[in-house]
Amino acid sequence: MRRLLGFNLLTGIVLGVVGWYVGWYAAHSIVGPSIDYFGDTDYNELSVVLAYLGGVIGFLIGLGFLNYPFARLRGYPPSLREKETAGIGRYFGLCTDHKVVGIQYLIGIGVFFFIGGLNAMLIRVELLSPSRQVFPAGTYLTIVGIHGTMMMGMMSSAILGPFGNYLIPILIGARRMAFPRIEALTFWLLMAGGVILETTVFFGGFPTGWTGYAPLSIQGNPGMDCYLLFFALVGISMTLLGLNMIATIVTMRAPGLTWTRLPIFVWGVLSTAILMVLAAPVLIATLSMALLDRTVQTSFFIPSAGGSNYLYENLFWVFGHPEVYILALPGFAIVLEILPVFARKPLWGYRLAVAGLLGVSLLSWFVWQHHLFVSGINGDLRPFYMLSTELISIPTGFTFLCGMMTLWRGQIRYTVPMLFCLAWFFNFLIGGLSGVFLSDVPSDVTTHGSFFSMAHFHYTIMGGLIFTFFAGVYYWVPKMTGFTLNERMGKIHFWWMFIAFNATFAPLFAAGFLGQPRRVVTYPADLTFINQWVSVSAFILGASLLFFLFNFVYSLVFARVPAPADPWGSKSIEWQLPSPVPVYNFTKIPVFSSDPYGYGEGATGPVAVVPAGAPGGRD
Amino acid sequence: MSETTPQPGPNHTRRVVVAWIVLSIVATPLVAIFVGPSIPPGNGSDQASQQVVDNTVMLSLLTPVICLLLVYFVYALAQFRKPRGSELVDGPPLREQRTVQTLWVGLTSVVVLFLAGFGTYELLQNGAGGGQGPSPVAVPSGPKMQVQVIAQQWEFTYRYPAYGGLETSQLVLPADTQIELHVTSLDAVHSFWAYQLGIKADANPGVDNVAYLKTKGPRTFSVHCAELCGLWHGYMFSQGKVVSESDFAAWVKQQQELFASVAQYMPPYAKTYYPDPQRRAG
Repeated sequence: MRRLLGFNLLTGIVLGVVGWYVGWYAAHSIVGPSIDYFGDTDYNELSVVLAYLGGVIGFLIGLGFLNYPFARLRGYPPSLREKETAGIGRYFGLCTDHKVVGIQYLIGIGVFFFIGGLNAMLIRVELLSPSRQVFPAGTYLTIVGIHGTMMMGMMSSAILGPFGNYLIPILIGARRMAFPRIEALTFWLLMAGGVILETTVFFGGFPTGWTGYAPLSIQGNPGMDCYLLFFALVGISMTLLGLNMIATIVTMRAPGLTWTRLPIFVWGVLSTAILMVLAAPVLIATLSMALLDRTVQTSFFIPSAGGSNYLYENLFWVFGHPEVYILALPGFAIVLEILPVFARKPLWGYRLAVAGLLGVSLLSWFVWQHHLFVSGINGDLRPFYMLSTELISIPTGFTFLCGMMTLWRGQIRYTVPMLFCLAWFFNFLIGGLSGVFLSDVPSDVTTHGSFFSMAHFHYTIMGGLIFTFFAGVYYWVPKMTGFTLNERMGKIHFWWMFIAFNATFAPLFAAGFLGQPRRVVTYPADLTFINQWVSVSAFILGASLLFFLFNFVYSLVFARVPAPADPWGSKSIEWQLPSPVPVYNFTKIPVFSSDPYGYGEGATGPVAVVPAGAPGGRD
Repeated sequence: MSETTPQPGPNHTRRVVVAWIVLSIVATPLVAIFVGPSIPPGNGSDQASQQVVDNTVMLSLLTPVICLLLVYFVYALAQFRKPRGSELVDGPPLREQRTVQTLWVGLTSVVVLFLAGFGTYELLQNGAGGGQGPSPVAVPSGPKMQVQVIAQQWEFTYRYPAYGGLETSQLVLPADTQIELHVTSLDAVHSFWAYQLGIKADANPGVDNVAYLKTKGPRTFSVHCAELCGLWHGYMFSQGKVVSESDFAAWVKQQQELFASVAQYMPPYAKTYYPDPQRRAG
């Protein structure tokens, strides 16, 4: 009983609910005479917004995020580390151990990934028939919106959250992140946001999909505010996560870990983090403007009152296009990190790979208007955006080349993580080449806004991000938990998911080319077969993820086969530590002497050694 | 054959390159002749035909790229796998090969620059059927018939300024005619998509989005909204038709008679509409 008191998740939820009602009451006091809490939800936008802001603040106070600043204000010596002990309780609260945060992210994001996936299943249920409606049209749009928003928002941190937080300090030979409290904050903000997005169903849902185009968003139900608040919280979380990653990687590398010795995964995280820090604030600002339009009658985006819907579209895609590379780049990095281990060869073309990652993150800033090719904005800029978009395939090609040449004359082992990485090449090739059609204005006229573009980004994001996410799970979870994931079930999961994934999304290219617009609740009757095929494949795809869940729970909870320290024969530093990694990572800060890719170079020693007799590492 | 033996193995590079070239030489013409022309949107208009040409060129150009990756992966994954049960040995420590890098960067750059150049050329021909905004850059020469497309939640209305501002809910166009579409919206953002004609232009409130179209022979086509515009977005579709000149004239006459009594209340023609009830629309 005593363990339930104090600053933890339970207190957070209680204070969150209290804060919610405080905000609700305050807004009703400002806006309307009524304090009938459930009587007049229809048009009191401000009450929804303030209630959730109060809820988030209460939640964070309950988790203990104000303890440190208050301790400093009152002159007490603050504790630098919180809950950095053993025991299960540290996972249910503010914990400054980067490994705990990594596992919190893995589970937390995983839960919302399955919720988002469930929404995808509901979409496919609706599309089984062109005419029979399973859901009312408004409910259907809300399902589409939750699926898209959850996946784009929450999954932005799918790799940087779990693997970035867990591995970056270890890979660079540090004991913690640069800002451990901010690290914990990014996770809990994301969780609060996820819950807020789900509660949109109590406020009438939202009709706009994940892009939230104005002025449609200004018309929407109060459920629209849940979308805006969710995405704004995700934006705050992403900005802080990115800042933390950049600060950590730039300032906390161990001695000897020069820029050319960094594991390529760290480079991938760094280039993603730069995008996050620069792109997410644009999103926060854009959504705040939309919130003001809805609550206090500004008109940034309302054309009939002097605003511009183009302003929203421009701002949204200034964030939105770097955002899709925030989703894709960590995948590139994981592929390049894992291939050398299972090909038993050094990473081929290290500099080219780094140039590819940084090149993509640079070019991703100059392409956003390809989402607006037929929107009627700046018709004469289209050739420029066509060129810049197609130029991105050059640095993306670097990643392909480095990966392919790493396989060349290697000793390839087809382990589960390796299979997922190899599938990335297939998926991303299709995703990338279909992107060429979308980047070309004449072809885009037909494919834009159709199922073709939907299939394209599912190939790049699900085929690129989620496949590499699973590569990371099978590769690193043994290190994170100390238990092996079942290899046979892993292989079944891979083939099941790979085949079902392609059976689901490849036909959607055809559906788009044959004239099916996105986000429709009905479609032409001659597309019935394609849609039914896709729906059935999607259910099989969903089942493959349940099978993964079964394997995950079975291996970690029931079978509990201890993982050896280095099951893959990798030379990277995380595998020289015990599994799971102890609380303070290293007894002394190691000194690096090479990059982790010295396969076949006669280098027998580890990439890093703890200096014997050195007078203690720095903390 | 494995790398543990000191003698040089087979020339893997030559095998892959030869297989790639052979496969590309076979596959590319097949794709260009058989697959490309059957890619939608078909031949409903000059713009649609042009998109088919564009898609064919791109697909033909990408075929050798697909062939290269296919050949490479099939070969590498079969050839370089660790033999079952053998001891874990390292591959050769190849860290960089300048020639390969240069070739790859050069080839991808050439392909990309060609695609961008070709796309620009095609776009500037006649706008490729896309919405170009109020001041279009790619304008076909010759006389054009204006048709205004007015989107609202959740239907399209078509207005023919040349015929006394006639408004209909079905889009009927004369065959073999240059059409100038002016797409606008009364409320949210919509997108006018005449699929078989290869036309797509977003409908923005208060904005005149121009797209050009050169019709061919008589046919029907479907119109969809391609931008999420709220509750009944999925049902915002209709059928339009392209008819011969004489049929079109007859249709106009019939419509004018049908709506003669309400035509006097129609607002004057303007390129955008405002939903403000205080202000006379247009």
